[in-house]
Amino acid sequence: MSVFVVVPAFNEEKNICPVLRDIFSLYPTFKIVVVDDGSNDNTAKEALSCGAIVLRHAINRGQGASLKTGTDYAVKKGAEIIVHFDADRQFEPREIGLMIEPILKGVAEVILGSRFLSKNNNLPWTKKKIILPLARVINFLFTGCWLSDAHNGFRVLSRRAAEILDLKQDRMAHNSEIIRLIKENKLSFKEQGVTVYYHQYGQRFSGGVKIIKDLIIGNFLK
Amino acid sequence: MLIQIILSVFVVVALINTWQRFRSKEITGLALIVWILFWAVVVLVVWRPGLSTELANFLGVGRGADLLFYFSIALLFYLIFRLTVKMEKMERNITKLVREISYKKEDK
Repeated sequence: MSVFVVVPAFNEEKNICPVLRDIFSLYPTFKIVVVDDGSNDNTAKEALSCGAIVLRHAINRGQGASLKTGTDYAVKKGAEIIVHFDADRQFEPREIGLMIEPILKGVAEVILGSRFLSKNNNLPWTKKKIILPLARVINFLFTGCWLSDAHNGFRVLSRRAAEILDLKQDRMAHNSEIIRLIKENKLSFKEQGVTVYYHQYGQRFSGGVKIIKDLIIGNFLK
Repeated sequence: MLIQIILSVFVVVALINTWQRFRSKEITGLALIVWILFWAVVVLVVWRPGLSTELANFLGVGRGADLLFYFSIALLFYLIFRLTVKMEKMERNITKLVREISYKKEDK
């Protein structure tokens, strides 16, 4: 089974190698594609030295764009399973196996990570009580899917799902876009509890407003 | 009186300019018609200033200047919206280019 892990990275020279090393040590047969999204530091060099396939965006295009670059590449190279994983050590590499399992068993075609279905998480309370509940409502309004988590970068796609999900949103709105596309294309999906380590606060309220703007404008584009 | 003549000359120049752009296929037939209508309205209002107030009253607005003001704001909002959408489209095209280049230059 050919598994590709797509890791979008922007200025992650310090984190990228530990992440890659962890994944490779647990899953030596996996291929890792790091998409360096126009970093100003040595992210690409580091990733290369740690054994990843590196694709470089000459200029910064956003996380959604990077994921599409990596996912399309994986599909082209014959990937049967595509894992989306963050470069900032937010996620637990050991849980990749858990996330892949339903696809191997043919239970679902898309697995979405959820920080709420896992007990191990320590979220900042403003995120837990304000930002994420709001984000879930907005997600529901734009996608028609009611999920336990709103925007989680840990997900797994089957090859068929990756071919169907044509991501157009360059920036952070791709999370909602993926859910909408899943629904539109009637792909089977499953939520899986994952651990999320908070090294940084992540998406703030202002970021959420930008996502809404992107989602609205996206509706007027093909 | 003088302002009416100056503005009319300006409109004529603008119309000639628009026509030439149409001839050289820089603008479409639809755009030509819209511009001709626009300048026709300008000429009408220049020579019969009362007309804009009559139109405003007809629509339930007090003064012609107010009507123009409301209309301009609506038009500006629409243009900004169009611009935003166009810009997003451009952004996405740039992304496509950046992606293609990244594949061409793939490092192993």
